Amino acid sequence: MMKKTLSKAELIGLAVAGVLVFLVLPLLNALPESHPLHLTTFTLSLLGKYLCYAVLALSVDLLWGYTGLLSLGQCLFFSLGGYALGMYLMLKIGTRGQYHTNLPDFMVFLEFPKRFPTTGGLPPHWIPFQHFWFAAAAIIWVPAVVAAIFGFLAFRSRIKGVYFSILTQALTYAACLMFFRNDFTFGGNNGLTDFKEILGFDLNAASTRRGLFMATAALLIITYLVCRWLTSSRFGKIQRAIRDSENRVLFSGYATANFKLFVFVVAAIIASIGGALFVPQVGIINPSEMATDKSLEAVVWVAVGGRGTLIGPILGAIGVNWLKSYATHTVPEYWLFILGALFIVMTLFFPKGIVGIPSQVRALKARWNRQSVSVAAPAALSPEEKP
Amino acid sequence: MKKLLPKILSGAAALALALTASAQDTVKVGILHSLSGTMAISETSLKDVLLFTFDEINAKGGVLGKKIEPVIVDPASNWPLFAEKAEGLLVKDKVAVVFGCWTSVSRKSVLPVFEKYNGLLFYPVQYEGEELSKNIFYTAEAVNQQAVPAVDYMLADGKKKFYLVGSDYVYPRTTNKILKKYLKSKGIADADIIEIYTPFGHTDYQTIVAEIKKFSAGGKACVISTLNGDTNVPFFKEFANAGLTSENCPVVSFSLSEDEFRSLPTKDLVGHLGCWTYFMSLTTPENKKFVADFKKWLKTAPAGVDRNNRVTCSPMNLSRTGVYLWKQAVEKAGSFDVDKVREALPGQTFKAPEGKVTMQENHHLINPVFIGETMANGQFKIIKSLGPVAGEPFSDKFLK
Repeated sequence: MMKKTLSKAELIGLAVAGVLVFLVLPLLNALPESHPLHLTTFTLSLLGKYLCYAVLALSVDLLWGYTGLLSLGQCLFFSLGGYALGMYLMLKIGTRGQYHTNLPDFMVFLEFPKRFPTTGGLPPHWIPFQHFWFAAAAIIWVPAVVAAIFGFLAFRSRIKGVYFSILTQALTYAACLMFFRNDFTFGGNNGLTDFKEILGFDLNAASTRRGLFMATAALLIITYLVCRWLTSSRFGKIQRAIRDSENRVLFSGYATANFKLFVFVVAAIIASIGGALFVPQVGIINPSEMATDKSLEAVVWVAVGGRGTLIGPILGAIGVNWLKSYATHTVPEYWLFILGALFIVMTLFFPKGIVGIPSQVRALKARWNRQSVSVAAPAALSPEEKP
Repeated sequence: MKKLLPKILSGAAALALALTASAQDTVKVGILHSLSGTMAISETSLKDVLLFTFDEINAKGGVLGKKIEPVIVDPASNWPLFAEKAEGLLVKDKVAVVFGCWTSVSRKSVLPVFEKYNGLLFYPVQYEGEELSKNIFYTAEAVNQQAVPAVDYMLADGKKKFYLVGSDYVYPRTTNKILKKYLKSKGIADADIIEIYTPFGHTDYQTIVAEIKKFSAGGKACVISTLNGDTNVPFFKEFANAGLTSENCPVVSFSLSEDEFRSLPTKDLVGHLGCWTYFMSLTTPENKKFVADFKKWLKTAPAGVDRNNRVTCSPMNLSRTGVYLWKQAVEKAGSFDVDKVREALPGQTFKAPEGKVTMQENHHLINPVFIGETMANGQFKIIKSLGPVAGEPFSDKFLK
């Protein structure tokens, strides 16, 4: 049974992570460049990007690992958050674009002033995004509304299992195609890029980058705590009960559809906030982030890290992406084979992911000690999840 | 333990020594092309030709006495990864220059990075213009070096009706917008210009081809295609099935070069036209040498380089030209410093396979333009050579 209060190990882990991300790394980054311990802004932003992916992975795990809903379209919500903040960033470029007009570049060459003459070329739905508060609110409500509508229709129709996965994948693919269209007023294939400032801070400045990194770290820690609280509450028990046997929960008198809808919306909001912090750090958002393979990748991070745990997705997202960054630079010709082999090995031999390795090792040891072959293979669920 | 430590230390010292030694007689140069993902099929060829060019230059003593040491990364057709890899090349590897990018979105993604760190990028693939960064040199064909001359050729050929079909992304959109204005200025009526876009990976061209058939029924019609990649297969198949040929309605494609023909059924494309600043079938001595040397290099090329049925094409040629222009500018500046090289680049000329090319103040080339007709063997027969055209990224400067 999962404890409601944080365990000692969790508290220590959180404290160490907090000191690392809020004190040590920013300080190392603030050192002069000539200093041997100087951490480049490039590396710090790269870490910030991994942390955004970790938030995304947590949202996938909340659905898949805890509720049994394998969403293959979580990157749609990640991208929606990215677009919402991207629109704000786009409007803050001002006259620093290629055409030196107040209108974003792509609106100039697509001749938006002809299409939207009353607003000087800016599509009406873009206008409120000049305000940060509106963009920030949109990061929350836009994915929430999309998830609520889709989830309501899907769960009310009792769409389950693989059918639910396929539908989520179709949803993100449809959105991807829609955003690809230049007529859709979100920059088409090129998406939104060449941002200059956020809330008046220069995006190229190291201090802004540090701020964004710390904001991402804070988001990850808050997300972790929220997920921790959610999954260890009474709600979390029902969540896991739905995962293990939805019909039983249903016949016990619970409206499972409502529970699932709630988790789906919460996960969408989490992914969206992660996406919003992703965009200013990588500098671009475009429809390819909604492509189906991106959402599949997020599921792989969770699988590698260990689903049904909260630390697993974080380890998986950071680990796999670090390996990808490393391998695409060091062995660019073979990185796909390395990652592919890792995924195969993990699913074949470590079904519980990285976090499951210690218990697997323990089980192996016990088997070795007893010198018997009758011990069953490790179950798919970790001991604490067993009913 | 006691024995191990001195070993490690001496090993580290030797390594450090080797590193500083190699740092003295080599210069690091980045290659930023997708080696995996959707763009790999096109971009891998550019990585290959860059490696070939580096070997060519290194064999003659390198640049400023330093051998070029390529740093290859794989941005994997993933646009945020392009930005990450570009930043890594500039910050971690501290490369002197980067050759890379194919799609406009990848260039847009790395542009802020190059401006932030004051890096230097050479971009080799025909594009839509409307951009000018002080940190990018565009050896690529601008719209007035490919689309406009091609349309001029069609007008001279007596064509009066133009059907513009493209994939829905920024290059076709911008090119067609410019062409429409240009055609109108040449007296073509609005009703005789049709503009249509299809999504990426579109396969059903029945309706569009039926429309083209109706459109071209009176003769004097042509199709200007900016369809990219594999959508060309169903398009040309449908085109041929409908009984349309290069005789009654020629298609000029801007995104198809010899390298793309390696993976397309060329029999459906025979007779249709292309317009580039370079064709593999050019017969200049420089081109014969380039093609022969490249083929020779392939035999001894590093592992992972495809050795079969290789060809050269305009983006490959322009990648190579970029390397030579950079080398000349470095030698003129006497330094690898980005600011000095940037200042030395305008005015550099190079005897390229297609003829003399000159880098202009606006970071684009003056380059000869050719019209070619597709042949069954996947090559172009050059049917018209249009002489040198000065590249101009902003359309309002060449559209009067």
